[in-house]
Amino acid sequence: MSQPFRLNKEGLINRNKKISFTFNGKKLFGYEGDTIASALIANGIHLVGRSFKYHRPRGFFGAGVEEPNAKLQVEFNGHSEPNVNATEMELVEGLSATSQNCWPSVNFDVGAINNFLKMFFPAGFYYKTFMWPKSFWYKIYEPFIRKAAGLGVASIEKDKERYEHKFEYCDLLVTGSGPSGLASAYAAAKNGAKVILAEDKPRFGGTLLTDDVSIDNLSGKDWAEKIITELKSMPNVTVKNRSQVFGYYDHNMLVMFERVSDHLEKKSKFTPRQRLWYIRAKETILSTGSIERPIVFGNNDTPGIFLSAAAKEYMKVYGVLVGKKPLIFTNNDSAYETALEFKKNNVEPIILDTREEHSSELIDEAKSKGIDIRFSHGVIVANGYKKVKSAKIGKLNKDKNSFEKIETIDCDCICVSGFWTPSVHLASQSGNKLKYEEKIDAFIPDKKKQHETSVGAANGSFTLEESLKHGFENGSNLSAKITETKTEISIPNVNEKKYGAHDKFWCMPLPKNENPKRFVDFQNDVSVSDIEIALREGYRSIEHVKRYTTLGMATDQGRTSNLNGLQLVSNIENKIVPEVGHTTFRPPFTPITIGTIVGREVGMEYMPTRKTPMHEWHEKNNAVFVDAGAWKRPRYYKQGNETLFEASKREAKNVRENVGICDVTTLGKIDIKGPDAAEFLNRVYTNAWMKLPVGKARYGLMLREDGIVMDDGTTTRISENHYHMTTTTAQAANVLSHLEYYLQIVWPELNVNVVSTTEQWAGAAIAGPKSRDMLSKLYPDLDVSNDALPFMGYKEAEFFGVPSRIFRISFSGELAYEINVKSDHGMFMWEKMMEVGKEFGNQPYGTEALSTLRIEMGHVAGPELDGRTIPSDVSLNGLVSKKKDFIGKNSLGREAFNVESRQKIVGLIPIDRKSSIPEGSHIVQDQNAKLPNPKLGHVSSSCWSVENNNPFSLAIMKDGKNMIGKKFFAVSPLKNKSIEVEVISSHYVDPEGKRVRS
Amino acid sequence: MLYIKCPYCGLRAQKEFSYGGDATVKRPNINEEVSSEDWDNFVYMRKSPRGKHIELWQHIAGCRQWIKVQRDTATHEIFQTAKVTEEIR
Ligand SMILES: [Zn+2]
Repeated sequence: MSQPFRLNKEGLINRNKKISFTFNGKKLFGYEGDTIASALIANGIHLVGRSFKYHRPRGFFGAGVEEPNAKLQVEFNGHSEPNVNATEMELVEGLSATSQNCWPSVNFDVGAINNFLKMFFPAGFYYKTFMWPKSFWYKIYEPFIRKAAGLGVASIEKDKERYEHKFEYCDLLVTGSGPSGLASAYAAAKNGAKVILAEDKPRFGGTLLTDDVSIDNLSGKDWAEKIITELKSMPNVTVKNRSQVFGYYDHNMLVMFERVSDHLEKKSKFTPRQRLWYIRAKETILSTGSIERPIVFGNNDTPGIFLSAAAKEYMKVYGVLVGKKPLIFTNNDSAYETALEFKKNNVEPIILDTREEHSSELIDEAKSKGIDIRFSHGVIVANGYKKVKSAKIGKLNKDKNSFEKIETIDCDCICVSGFWTPSVHLASQSGNKLKYEEKIDAFIPDKKKQHETSVGAANGSFTLEESLKHGFENGSNLSAKITETKTEISIPNVNEKKYGAHDKFWCMPLPKNENPKRFVDFQNDVSVSDIEIALREGYRSIEHVKRYTTLGMATDQGRTSNLNGLQLVSNIENKIVPEVGHTTFRPPFTPITIGTIVGREVGMEYMPTRKTPMHEWHEKNNAVFVDAGAWKRPRYYKQGNETLFEASKREAKNVRENVGICDVTTLGKIDIKGPDAAEFLNRVYTNAWMKLPVGKARYGLMLREDGIVMDDGTTTRISENHYHMTTTTAQAANVLSHLEYYLQIVWPELNVNVVSTTEQWAGAAIAGPKSRDMLSKLYPDLDVSNDALPFMGYKEAEFFGVPSRIFRISFSGELAYEINVKSDHGMFMWEKMMEVGKEFGNQPYGTEALSTLRIEMGHVAGPELDGRTIPSDVSLNGLVSKKKDFIGKNSLGREAFNVESRQKIVGLIPIDRKSSIPEGSHIVQDQNAKLPNPKLGHVSSSCWSVENNNPFSLAIMKDGKNMIGKKFFAVSPLKNKSIEVEVISSHYVDPEGKRVRS
Repeated sequence: MLYIKCPYCGLRAQKEFSYGGDATVKRPNINEEVSSEDWDNFVYMRKSPRGKHIELWQHIAGCRQWIKVQRDTATHEIFQTAKVTEEIR
């Protein structure tokens, strides 16, 4: 198999290693160091895709990030990836690439009929065509757009690859390893600065790899290699290729996307596929270079039309000819280098130069080599459907708007150059307002907003000498300020060709009666006429023109189209480009994979898992877990084929009848110490705390300043100036911040310290009528009688030799205790309890049974304390002191909080005593009322009352207790249920609270 | 991501902090009468300036201290940070 367009020697690829791959099923080969694009071009393949809107045949246009067309679906290393830029993806063995956006094939695409139905696809065609009739949307328009739009197909397989995030800090980040980037990095490294040099491409050097220059008598390529080798050997320098800095964020944080192993045939299990770097740089050098822009002409999207610098890069880097009969169409000198390169490889180019005949170093050289140069000439229209076959060219009159002569000449490729556009994306993202530089017809960075300095072509300096000088100077000065060391470096001698002035010419006129499509934005199929229509229809702001026509909105971010689009708008509007302005540049500069953004934070690593010290026991005993924040809590312990409902009923019933134990380690615990601790609690809680004796616990209610209940829990006075506070599992972190806020900011005069001890204590609740009997067995030497350890009492005692705390508190409404031991003793405590509890019928119970127990007792929890309720809404006004001040007190007097009809807590039971009421149901008077049916309240918590053996719910309802005895409907449209209910007291079981005191 | 200088720990990533609102709001004194207008202003009324704003942040994944940060709400530039007991001018 020969590669008809591969040169014999030229290029930086490794000809000793062949790599086989397929394209649209066809077996091909390339060499190590090829991109998919260079390998396909070497094989003479140019037709790689169909355009977005008109399904026109498209080929390669660029040789790197600027590529608008060649996006392929690529399968490699066992995964399938859409929209891969063929000009960037390196060839790997076994890779298989297919064209996108074409059916049934890229050669015969049914959608191409759109090309002949252009009148249906003018600017804004989505908005115009798919508006009416409304009924067409769902069945006709939407599926059509879905089929026609979009490019590749995302894989539905789970991504097995590994992605990583890395955080890095440096003195100087240099983005791009062209001449100015290398010089900056080198100078800064010599000053001892910590430097990161990032290069998007696999090879370092940027334009030094392709330009015919010499530095200190070395070729550009050799000089780049020398500098890179030296940088790599320095411990203060990190050099990264295949790494695109794609985003510039606040406070000089830049984000970089590194392609770690996509180019590797084999890699270790732990090598990530790609890596995201968050780099905090003290200073940033933006040496991102420039991108050649095209000249607009008829059918300028035909395969075989390239940017001239890309054609040169294919020859010099990959040893590949983009064609053997090239037309070079230019308005400046740089394309002459491409022509000379063709000539060097024995290919005869013809140069069409829009400028009038003149001379410059490059023009003279081309002339002397016998190259056919036609001044005042340009391409009017390219001929050929799937590949350029010939071109209609014209000799321009002096006005450059009409033709002196038109003829057709044969060619197999057209290399176009409309001068250079600095890559200012990162500068713009940093907040730099750009300024228009008339000399180069493009925007360059203006005043700095962050610590960023643009150098070289990115700053509009297009000569090597200037780029190197700026690079060395800025790299040295910026780093010297940080390291306070300045090493003198002599700027090397440079030999480069001098360019003449370019022609401010960007769009070829059309002869009368000819109307071929002239594309401005290839990827989104936006033509000159689309922009003209948008302006005729009254769109003026460039941002609106962009959105209406989709100019520059594709994944290439208009890298090759923005300035031509602006030129067009300013010509029609009779403005100058800076008046039209430019659209906003946003990250990412190039598309990055979702996997990289996510990094390692998937599956188990998505968030930390908090396990209690008894977790393993729960696991061994068939616990089914539920997430409570990061915690794993047993929801129920499954016996045999039990369902959740059956198991939780059994566990709750056992607590009511015998005794159960529950792992309550997850409750928030805060240690409070200091002489002013009592005063502090008195301000934090709504009830009185000044007189709580040592050795006693108290239930407390905490409000926000707006009067809404924030959290509840018990706090125990351990000693004179030492308290132990508990919070709900969910609010633990918020409560700690809340306490710290008041201690540090509002009342710094209070001498109190708070610290979280949640992780330090393992907790187990023992609840049920037999809990005291069980406790006495656990503490044989302790008097646990009602007198010695009454409700809300506290004792410290040894638990089989380990220190423990006993709190007589209850969430279940039964006689209950909570035992805390140090976390390390948690498992010991639990196992002892299981052993000792046997004779009392002890069973462990999970959160579901715990909920049942608290709901039928009317104890409120998260669903009732939902950020909307004040104490009186949930029957806790008894805990609100009238005598003292506390956080949120002043808000409780607000008018709306004191309206009689305010929604308050009640209990609900179904009339049939059988139907469970779904949580979230709305309470309405008439289930058949016309919508919107007036809502009287909602069901907050539901359970199956084990005490009464029927469903019971808590609800927050208008008029609260005044509704007791009345009947309503609880409707849940979500579950398609409507249940007739009766309002009862929220305290369904033991309303007097006798059991907890028994 | 902002880069915030904690007066206790030094420069740290925004990830380590949580935002706490306007630092110039003063809570009415405890145990003192307050008019409902003053109370409502304290609880609800906040300015939303474009430009310099002195605000509270808590170094939640660090020293847990609440700190003052003077930040430009439009550009995110941070001019000064201080302990809550110190003044920012
Ligand atoms: Zn700190």
